[in-house]
Amino acid sequence: MRRLTWFNTTSLTLGFAFLYLPMVILVIYSFNSSKLVTVWAGFSTKWYGELMRNEAFLDAAWVTIKVAVLSSTFATVLGTLAAYVLVRAGRFWGRTLFSGMIYAPLVMPEVITGLSLLLLFIGIGLDRGVMTIVLAHTTFSMCYVSVVVSSRLATFDMSLEEAALDLGSTPFEAFRLVTLPIIAPAVISGWLLAFTLSLDDLVIASFTSGPSATTLPIKIFSAVRLGVSPEINALSTIMIAIVTIGVISASLISKRAAVRQRLEEQQAVRS
Amino acid sequence: MTEALRPVFAPWNDPDEKPLIQFKNVTKRFGDFTAIDDLTIDIFEREFFALLGPSGCGKTTLMRMLAGFETPTEGTILLSGQDIAPIQPNKRAVNMMFQSYALFPHLSVWENIAFGLKREGMKGDALNSRVDEMLRLTRLERFAKRKPHQISGGQRQRVALARSLAKAPKLLLLDEPLGALDKKLRQDTQFELMDIQEKTGTTFVIVTHDQEEAMTVASRIAVMDEGRMIQVDTPARIYEAPNTVYVADFIGDVNIIEGRATPSGEHVQIAWGEGVSDITGTTDTSFEKGDKVHFAIRPEKVSVNVEKPDDTPNAFQGKVLDIAYLGNLSTYHVEMPNGQIIKAQSANTRRLSRRAITWDDTVWISFTATAGVLLKG
Repeated sequence: MRRLTWFNTTSLTLGFAFLYLPMVILVIYSFNSSKLVTVWAGFSTKWYGELMRNEAFLDAAWVTIKVAVLSSTFATVLGTLAAYVLVRAGRFWGRTLFSGMIYAPLVMPEVITGLSLLLLFIGIGLDRGVMTIVLAHTTFSMCYVSVVVSSRLATFDMSLEEAALDLGSTPFEAFRLVTLPIIAPAVISGWLLAFTLSLDDLVIASFTSGPSATTLPIKIFSAVRLGVSPEINALSTIMIAIVTIGVISASLISKRAAVRQRLEEQQAVRS
Repeated sequence: MTEALRPVFAPWNDPDEKPLIQFKNVTKRFGDFTAIDDLTIDIFEREFFALLGPSGCGKTTLMRMLAGFETPTEGTILLSGQDIAPIQPNKRAVNMMFQSYALFPHLSVWENIAFGLKREGMKGDALNSRVDEMLRLTRLERFAKRKPHQISGGQRQRVALARSLAKAPKLLLLDEPLGALDKKLRQDTQFELMDIQEKTGTTFVIVTHDQEEAMTVASRIAVMDEGRMIQVDTPARIYEAPNTVYVADFIGDVNIIEGRATPSGEHVQIAWGEGVSDITGTTDTSFEKGDKVHFAIRPEKVSVNVEKPDDTPNAFQGKVLDIAYLGNLSTYHVEMPNGQIIKAQSANTRRLSRRAITWDDTVWISFTATAGVLLKG
């Protein structure tokens, strides 16, 4: 039997406090009616109202969502294809190099990714704006998608695809009609992961954004330099909520669907 | 000969018959490993051809080459006289039933069966009636709307069969089709398979490691070992006239007796150790005096008696070591004076028998001169 001794309880409390206390304080102060961030003057939702009337923030939010949707969609397509090739193609010349290169951005410092992208965009004369941020986010989030999708593909029964080919599908039809529907939960959770990653990225976005397009994290960061306002607390709270919902639903969808799919597959495959 | 058991259907004996499938000197290597070794075989239309052998003997590789998932390293495979090497799996008039069934888990039974037909562009009434026909053939009408995980193992097996037969292929490949079923269901399904094969007139090639299954369903069996075909023949000939010790030993129960041959007229005398008289056997092949031979005899062709039978040249005295009672049969393990143990089998035709023979009894085993097979080597 494991029990919560005082030692365990304390370390658990400290750990969670360390992780979440700052965010809890931020959420609490977003409902502060005072303009002074550090002085509690009663509960109010007026800063959320203020936020809705702030054009600059709303613009940035719109850009952020546009970038997140586009980049996570591109990243999902590319990441899924990469995962498919890595798992399916077996041993080919340069496979290790290829897989290493797909996963490298996972550990690459964001500053370096951002800087190199900036140099590339300047080099090819691409004006910085929404498009460049989308490209940059696609680059760094597709490796996350390919990790998620390839772990699903590793447990996928190869004979299902062979059966589809045997019944007259082209290789593309076999992928579209058989493989994709079965691995869909992993693809969706990969998309959600890429979406949340894009939503809260500051470093890469600040390298690749231009005057015409500012994302929310950049907006917040620059606003805070002029002083923390309760409005920003409110905005941050909304972002925390969106990211939390995104991450939780991603993991729920992938876990539940993966368990169910695997169960169905196993039952279908053997009695 | 034993061909009389299937007097109507024996296209392999007819020189004018055109084979459906021809393997011509086919070799398949995976790196250093030779899975198929210079194999030549003809398979005829409407045959139920069984590839039998232990795992790793190359039978599955052979089948996957027919389906198009592997290509031969050397040699050619012809289907109706046409080289199939350049034809992609999705363009071949060959369908396969997978060992794992490989049913699409996200599609219903109906959709699974319709899958191949839809790829051909069949739709509307034609599609409906073909799928319904397949559902009727495999008695799955009631399960059409279910998903594969909502039906039993036996039903899944039938869905897999229906799906692979739906496109009316020239050739159906079955990879251990009954491996996942329990014994009773397997036996029923074997007859069902034969029935369906006859009704549809499709050529079946089945891969199995279960010799009983191969014997039951097949018109011809190819016994394989290490990428080569050791013997290709009807089930009866494989059983009664194996061409090697390997085949004799692989199919059914057998006594293998090692000895030295001495030809004498139409018979061959086999000396098989100290303290026992020679075995008298017959053979088509000629032996020199002193040749090393194996005498293979099935236990059911050896009888056990308390008294010495006097109507046979082969009667030997021994001691009962063990009796295995199997209900319908009893198998006696009888030790000979030279230490060799001979298995003898008798059918328990009477419900209540005086148990005349028991452990440690001295008994006579006997068999006729033609009961066993003489094999070289």
